[in-house]
Amino acid sequence: MTTTDQAISASSHETINQETISAEIAAIHAKAAAERQGSSEPNPEPTLLDFPPYRSSLLRHPTKALHPADPESVELLAPVFGHQDVGPLESDLTIQHRGEPIGERMVVTGRVLDSAGRPIVGQLVEIWQANSGGRYIHQRDQHPAPIDPNFTGVGRCLTDADGSYRFITIKPGPYPWRNHLNAWRPAHIHFSLFGTDFTQRLVTQMYFPGDPLFPLDPIYQSIPDQADRDRLLATYDHSVTRPELSTGYRWDIVLGGARATWLEPEDVR
Amino acid sequence: MSSNLAVTPGQTVGPFFGYALPYPGGNLLVPQHHPDAVRLHGTVLDGDGQPVPDALLEIWQADGDGRPAQRPGSLHRDGYTFTGWGRSETDRVGHYHFSTLEPGRDDQGAAPFIALTVFARGLMHRLHTRIYLPGAAGLDDDPFLRSVPEDRRTTLIAHRDAAASLRFDVHLQGQQETVFLSFASTASTAPTWR
Repeated sequence: MTTTDQAISASSHETINQETISAEIAAIHAKAAAERQGSSEPNPEPTLLDFPPYRSSLLRHPTKALHPADPESVELLAPVFGHQDVGPLESDLTIQHRGEPIGERMVVTGRVLDSAGRPIVGQLVEIWQANSGGRYIHQRDQHPAPIDPNFTGVGRCLTDADGSYRFITIKPGPYPWRNHLNAWRPAHIHFSLFGTDFTQRLVTQMYFPGDPLFPLDPIYQSIPDQADRDRLLATYDHSVTRPELSTGYRWDIVLGGARATWLEPEDVR
Repeated sequence: MSSNLAVTPGQTVGPFFGYALPYPGGNLLVPQHHPDAVRLHGTVLDGDGQPVPDALLEIWQADGDGRPAQRPGSLHRDGYTFTGWGRSETDRVGHYHFSTLEPGRDDQGAAPFIALTVFARGLMHRLHTRIYLPGAAGLDDDPFLRSVPEDRRTTLIAHRDAAASLRFDVHLQGQQETVFLSFASTASTAPTWR
């Protein structure tokens, strides 16, 4: 953390309350909505890089417009991962220790697709998350929720032939952070994804439906459009639960990148 | 276009990726004692010129002959197979380093580059850029580089700071702000390679 970052976050933490942050979010959303007025096209980059309500972004977002580039060379391909990279048990986060982790056991599954709906096959999916008490194993997380000795919160898998991934894990808890006074993150699982070309690289967060912290959270709200935010929500799916064992959630992921905006040749007029 | 699915939005990598994404050997695309190994290193800096100690960088590149690798094994390297992909977190002083090969020129003739993706706490969504090699063939007449204003072009070119060592600093903001790329709004038709 830089000195300025520290100064901002320290002062934020002491003096900036939720009402101030919420008012900043509302103003940015209103401006974004006005700019998008009349556009029916899907937004290829729904997340704002410049989003001051998330105080740590102030000195870390580019101030100049992204420079347009046509993908070339290696950018048209993606790295390849295989079974020597990922073991079959790495997708079960509940069996990494001697005992059972505490919390709501659940299946999280879905498909990874490109924007044309084609499955991303045999590609790496990585996840990491807090435990059921909202605590990360990471040394930097020092808030006084208990560490679960039976839960690390890291998983990996490869997508199968129809682009499906599947993890068994514990529902993470919400946790406090120091963006502003009494700031809390909605419960979420971090996802890292690769596509078939490098421009599709995505790191994002999956959330759970109905979380009361959504309107308050400057990270979730860095996406100004509600329809885009909704794409980060898993849905409860009874068909993927396991009887007497776990609940289940489904979340499909669509990778954008350069292909998201390419017209098929037959569409060109 | 209208039949395209809406994309899943990105979110920040946050502060706690350090125990999940980095892994041993992630930054060693070739062993450091490899005869052609080059160190690629630098510092990630914020708008105050302060180092960013919680960033994650990924590189993706062709081999010395300009051929993209399509081989698994990046997460458990065998020390022999060049997979073309690597991952490095920044350390307490915002520094990263990779041991890799200098990519060769491909048969399309464009100047060779290493694709770089940057993630960090406080960065809402990943950033793409390119690391071009100083003095590489084709650098001066590369169509993409020529599309970048001259005073910013140098932010995309590494410099040789020692034998077998390339330095590339990433400036998230500031006078030397790195040119970051958008692939999302340029091409109106699919490239012909498809």
